[in-house]
Amino acid sequence: MRPEVALPVLLPLFSGALSLLFWRSRPMQRFIAVAGNIALLVVSLWLFIATLNEGYLTIEMGSWPPPFGIVLVADLLSAVMVLMTGIVGLVMGVYSLATTGRGHEKFGYYPLMHLVLAGVAGAFLTGDIFNLYVWFEVMLVASFALLILGGERAQMEGAIKYVTLNLLASVIFLTAIGLTYGMVGTLNMADIALRLNEADHQGMVEVLAVMFMVAFGIKAAAFPLFFWLPASYHTPPVAVSALFAALLTKVGVYSIFRTFTLIFDQSMGYLQDIMLWGAAFTMVTGVLGAAAQYEFRRILSFHIVSQIGYMILGLAIYTPLAIAGGVFAIMHNIVVKTNLFLVSGITYRLQGTYQLKKMGGLYKERPWLAIAFFLSAFSLAGIPPLSGFFAKFVIVRAGIEAEAYVVTGIALAVGLMTLYSMVKIWNEVFWKTLPEENLVPQTQTSQGDDGRLVKPSLWLMYLPVIVLALATLLIGIFAEPIMQVMNAIGDQLLTPQGYIEAVLGKAASAESALIDAVNAEEITP
Amino acid sequence: MAVVIGLLYAAAIFMMLRRSIVKLVIGLMLLSNAANLLIFTTAGMTRGAPPLIPEGMLAPAGEVADPLPQAVVLTAIVIAFGVLAFAVVLIRRAYEIVKADDLDKMKDTDT
Repeated sequence: MRPEVALPVLLPLFSGALSLLFWRSRPMQRFIAVAGNIALLVVSLWLFIATLNEGYLTIEMGSWPPPFGIVLVADLLSAVMVLMTGIVGLVMGVYSLATTGRGHEKFGYYPLMHLVLAGVAGAFLTGDIFNLYVWFEVMLVASFALLILGGERAQMEGAIKYVTLNLLASVIFLTAIGLTYGMVGTLNMADIALRLNEADHQGMVEVLAVMFMVAFGIKAAAFPLFFWLPASYHTPPVAVSALFAALLTKVGVYSIFRTFTLIFDQSMGYLQDIMLWGAAFTMVTGVLGAAAQYEFRRILSFHIVSQIGYMILGLAIYTPLAIAGGVFAIMHNIVVKTNLFLVSGITYRLQGTYQLKKMGGLYKERPWLAIAFFLSAFSLAGIPPLSGFFAKFVIVRAGIEAEAYVVTGIALAVGLMTLYSMVKIWNEVFWKTLPEENLVPQTQTSQGDDGRLVKPSLWLMYLPVIVLALATLLIGIFAEPIMQVMNAIGDQLLTPQGYIEAVLGKAASAESALIDAVNAEEITP
Repeated sequence: MAVVIGLLYAAAIFMMLRRSIVKLVIGLMLLSNAANLLIFTTAGMTRGAPPLIPEGMLAPAGEVADPLPQAVVLTAIVIAFGVLAFAVVLIRRAYEIVKADDLDKMKDTDT
């Protein structure tokens, strides 16, 4: 019974509810947004340190012993993901103070933000597959509402695609859960993993694996199921874009990691090849899509897709080192991608547009912003000594060790293409002089603001950007201890027995035999 | 039951492939219902008594229904209902703004 495992879920739910209570009080909601997220960060740090020292932690909801009740399980992967959620939550909380218009705040921006964080943390921590579905839905419903706050035409159009495809993925996921329950009669992931290996129809197991892969693939925006992402992510206010970019697709990636290392570890077989090539195509299409774009946030959206490819590549190679690299890539990407979106928000505030052609001259005007962008962008492209270099280096090395030369080559080439896109943004936004027709940069208030001019409190926007830029630098410089954690994650994921024992107790197999006996008794009393 | 579920899935996918956003939402609705029925069926339907354990015994007497899929389906129905309500409001707003219920007219955000 470990309270810190449940707290990262409960805290944002609580702050969300509190925030709802103060519906009319704008200062109070803003205060809760920051205070609640600081609390979330503290708790997730606590959880991370506890899992680092003690290994697996579990908590049984309502004291129902697994596999009957719902368990929350924290292994190192979950803990790292929750920690990143905490960091992003706090950063977004601060950044939202400056960028969110009054109109958005009035319609429940902050409660929804807390709810998204709760859903994300819940999805990372749960050990029950149906509970995972429920957290997915919590997160999705809150994100739907965030996406359309403001109600512009582009938002509506983006939202229809986003909602439809994510609901479709949810139904596929639900169908797969139903079929799994029909086969093994349990919803606990550790228990499913035990029983699926001794199930009668191994062909059916593969069908289930593919269904889970498709469902999570849509949510993670992997090739060829990614089209909803670039169509919708650039439409909402920039803080929302950054929150989505940081966390939502990563939940899909996390679920793929979790199910394919824990539940379907036996049936990787040819699925591994499919995943490998899926990852390669994801990287290539994402980066090529970005190359064709001239809208700041749309370029970044396409790069999310391309980066998802690296993470899935890490899983598809399926060695401890590769998985460590994949998780490193997730962590690095959360930091860097969030930061790039935040920078795009600041440039929008300064120049009033996201079109690269119309921007320029920011290097002269705001050198520190330029440096923050430079660090994040080159980190994304994988230039040493920034965090992206190590993520890529580890994956590439694992790929070469696993003799997957073609895919590894593609990964390297995509790195070069990423650099091209980032240099394009750098040239257009920071390097070139401001185009003639846009010489008077209007000092913008945030969009959706109902006409009233709010003093652009730029330092609230700079603070998160600088923190995240420092984070990518520090992750790069202190890569060694982080890499040790990642290697531990890789080992943990590839030995699912540890997870199963932590959830079901040491005598897991004996216990499951007992359950079988009870079941038999129930059916033929 | 299997035939009904299959038909529901087929009808839902067909509706979702239409261009009208109203039909899209109808498709989503059918799809979630089909999934709920599927869970219900694969979990094994029993015409049993409620799974209550009589006082002083450790296992229920006689054949009982499995309570878990019912709980699961109930949760799924509630979620589907909430999401559907959102989707209906969304298409209404989208219709007001775009002035058409044709998905082909909503290409502004595509590449």
